[in-house]
Amino acid sequence: MEQARIRNFAIIAHIDHGKSTLADRILELTHAVPEREMREQVLDSMELERERGITIKAQAVSVRWRGHQLNLIDTPGHVDFTYEVSRSLQACEGALLLVDAAQGIEAQTLANAYLALDDELEIVPVANKIDLPQADPDTAASELAALLGEEPERVLRISAKTGEGVEAVLDAIVERIPPPGGDPEAPARALVFDTSYDQYRGVVAFVRVVDGSFETREPLRAMALGTSFEAEELGVLSPARRPVPSLGAGEVGYVITGLKDVSRLRVGDTLTSRRRPAAEPLPGYQDVKPMVFAGIFPTDSDDYPELRDALERLKLNDASLSYDPETSQALGFGFRCGFLGLLHMEIVRERLEREFDLDLLITAPTVAYRATTRGGEVVEVHNPAEMPRELELVEEPYIKASVIVPKDYVGAVMELANERRGSFDHLEYLSEDRVLLSYELPLGEIVLDFYDQLKSRTRGYASFDYDLAGFRPGDVTRVDILVGGEQVDALSLIIHRDAAYERGRLLVERLRKEIPRQLFDVAVQAAIGSRVIARETIKAKRKDVLAKCYGGDITRKRKLLEKQKKGKKRMKQVGGVEVPQEAFLAVLNLDSERRR
Amino acid sequence: MGARHLYVHLPFCAHRCGYCDFVTVVGRREQHGAYVDALLRELALEGGVLAEHVETVFLGGGTPTFTGGSELARLLDALPETDELTVEANPETVTPELARLLRAGGVNRVSLGAQSFRPHLLSVLERRAGPDDVRRAVYLLRDAGFDNISLDLLYGIPGQSAADLECDLADALALEPEHLSCYELEAKPGTRFTHAHGDELARQADAMEGYFEQVVDALTAAGYRWYETANFCLEPGRVGGRDLRARHNLAYWWGRDYLGIGMGAVSTLAGARRRNLPGLGRYVAALQEGRTPPRETESLDEATKERERLLLGLRLDEPLPVADVAGALDKKAAERLVAGGLVELTENGGGPTVSLTRRGRFLGGGVTVELLA
Repeated sequence: MEQARIRNFAIIAHIDHGKSTLADRILELTHAVPEREMREQVLDSMELERERGITIKAQAVSVRWRGHQLNLIDTPGHVDFTYEVSRSLQACEGALLLVDAAQGIEAQTLANAYLALDDELEIVPVANKIDLPQADPDTAASELAALLGEEPERVLRISAKTGEGVEAVLDAIVERIPPPGGDPEAPARALVFDTSYDQYRGVVAFVRVVDGSFETREPLRAMALGTSFEAEELGVLSPARRPVPSLGAGEVGYVITGLKDVSRLRVGDTLTSRRRPAAEPLPGYQDVKPMVFAGIFPTDSDDYPELRDALERLKLNDASLSYDPETSQALGFGFRCGFLGLLHMEIVRERLEREFDLDLLITAPTVAYRATTRGGEVVEVHNPAEMPRELELVEEPYIKASVIVPKDYVGAVMELANERRGSFDHLEYLSEDRVLLSYELPLGEIVLDFYDQLKSRTRGYASFDYDLAGFRPGDVTRVDILVGGEQVDALSLIIHRDAAYERGRLLVERLRKEIPRQLFDVAVQAAIGSRVIARETIKAKRKDVLAKCYGGDITRKRKLLEKQKKGKKRMKQVGGVEVPQEAFLAVLNLDSERRR
Repeated sequence: MGARHLYVHLPFCAHRCGYCDFVTVVGRREQHGAYVDALLRELALEGGVLAEHVETVFLGGGTPTFTGGSELARLLDALPETDELTVEANPETVTPELARLLRAGGVNRVSLGAQSFRPHLLSVLERRAGPDDVRRAVYLLRDAGFDNISLDLLYGIPGQSAADLECDLADALALEPEHLSCYELEAKPGTRFTHAHGDELARQADAMEGYFEQVVDALTAAGYRWYETANFCLEPGRVGGRDLRARHNLAYWWGRDYLGIGMGAVSTLAGARRRNLPGLGRYVAALQEGRTPPRETESLDEATKERERLLLGLRLDEPLPVADVAGALDKKAAERLVAGGLVELTENGGGPTVSLTRRGRFLGGGVTVELLA
């Protein structure tokens, strides 16, 4: 296909604003999918994505429209996947900015729209759901027009659900979005904007060819990681895989690499031919590092091998997930897992529980801290129990957060941001009623329950997005929990010094309630280093006897004691105290409870 | 050597109290004779396991003294000679005639189910006797010459205050019983009582936590020996050196063999524990035909016997020889509990022993669980 007849575009939209429905209509109109095979929302392939109404992994699809090849490159719809979104957008020359005409633009949409504008993509604004009675297309159109500096008349008004206006969208893609540039004669370069793992064929790369062309069986190299392989198969997605002999400049398709390890080919890398390699990779590759960490333990320690296998399998399709074996005295064998963000963590947890049928204990999430010891050594800490005690400096990751909210809730958002050590950056009216607030916040304040608090304090109206903004020194400290004088490793946490007392008190109080009384007094303490900041005592039982025991009772009483003995053996021992699993669960769930 | 202890179960009661989960039969006066016949047949069938000298016999129930007078006399008459013959009695059943009958039948120890002296608590327990019935019963027994009377008391009754308990203990002590058994009321699953009062008991659990201590404090202060978790007897020094511990029950706690006869009765003989099944009809019918009654049997291996020795022996105030329970005892746990002041390990001439401290005895159940290997 000659470059002039190719259009590469993405759809930028908020969850539930109709992206998948629009994609389905486009597939229908272009007859890419026979009607009988038409499943609702073809693009979202994972069960979980369907349920949560979000797209986690980008995919692409090529369709024909009035003599042109239109390549729709899907983008992940959540805050944790900003980097993947940016790579998808970089593969395009234009984007549809799709907004629910009843709700207006949301923070994530805005963030992604800015990403697209930064890449100088041609933006086609679309107001969707005009069939809904509560739709206000005029307001939506003027909001979009103001944002883009366009005329409101240029905003397309459609209903992806009924199909109204969708043909005009396809025409606008052809008319307004420029064809891909790139030099077809130059050494070949292709941007990897997504990967997936095929259990028979290994790693599959989804690519946008920028310069030159690629042929089947050609020896290739990924320039950033240096990985070499052969293009076992090239093809396009329509939307099923369809092999082609070659992919030329401007085209979008897939490369079957035969690689068995997904970590050897990362999103954002540049593929080139080993026969005539390009001198420079395409710009923008980053090694995305997990920023949120949590320990994942099987409830039943016998399930450890199953958990390990499950993580291995998830990792095949999710290069951004990391995991290392972790042994907790209290929770046994498990893994310290790294995630891009909270949603990523939730998705992994749900997949482990749902697809692999595992019962899990998950420790409170923590962020990556950068600690400088007195000796000047810098370590990155992913586990509170590993935070060195003698420190010169701790740096914590910060984010730049954008919140869009109806103006009545500005106060509530500011209050929350202040509670969470936020520093105000700016405020901007997007329309008469809606405000964009921008704050800088420590990521550590976000991982616990910020998003839920935001939703509840704004009655669900707020939308939220963030970008990492680097490490900054923070007055954070490690708080340990001790039961019977012994540290419970799984309950250590890193927290801002001002919040340490309150948090320590809460944890200790809760543990006192959850740990059954023992034969001895048991101290439950929260401590910073050797300094105890909160203490509760679980008072010893005053009596624990079988009231009577005569000749007819002996068997029954013996069995009763034997049963109690068995029960004790199953409990986790900390400091000579049997701590039932429920106690750990209750403490680890403290945050989700506070949300309610 | 044969069994030196005989238990005889008399299941009949005038009324089943709400908290009771024993094997009992209400009323059926017309069957008392047939039942005693069956008992005597079982004794004849099984008597061979008894030692030549039977040290103790215990008539338990039910309410043994509810059994018809002539039937009871016939039974007492047929029992082997013994050192200690105990009968359980409910206060309202004690009459001058009964007292004389027991005395004539060789009974030398009576265990009276007093339970409480507070009318409102007795009514919660559905007991028929009032406080004065208890006192009258004691006087009648004394008049008949009984010098070894035990009173049963219950504590932890729904609605019972600490002051109520104090009064109950004082009222019981005023009668100068030789022996007292004090039990915390258990809401046993499935009883009418638990259905009616279980929630209330759960609510009061914290308030009643100190009652056990209160009982032990009051009775030891009054000169009683706390010789078993729930049992107290006058110190020998106060009764001319007599050992007033219940010898029959000591046999259980020492792990001795015993023969039990009657419906629902349990025997432990030569490494096997067997239990006659409940059910009056089939018990009587089997013995009428000269067969042994339907039973279930559990064999006790050495390890099980050691565990039982441990759990029973630790109920007593006497040190338990470690050698008797070596396989059942978790030595590490014992040392930990010694450090915590709950257990004592001592060495005397006869080898090492293990016992519970005073605080350890209040926590005897939990401590035993810890000590079990």
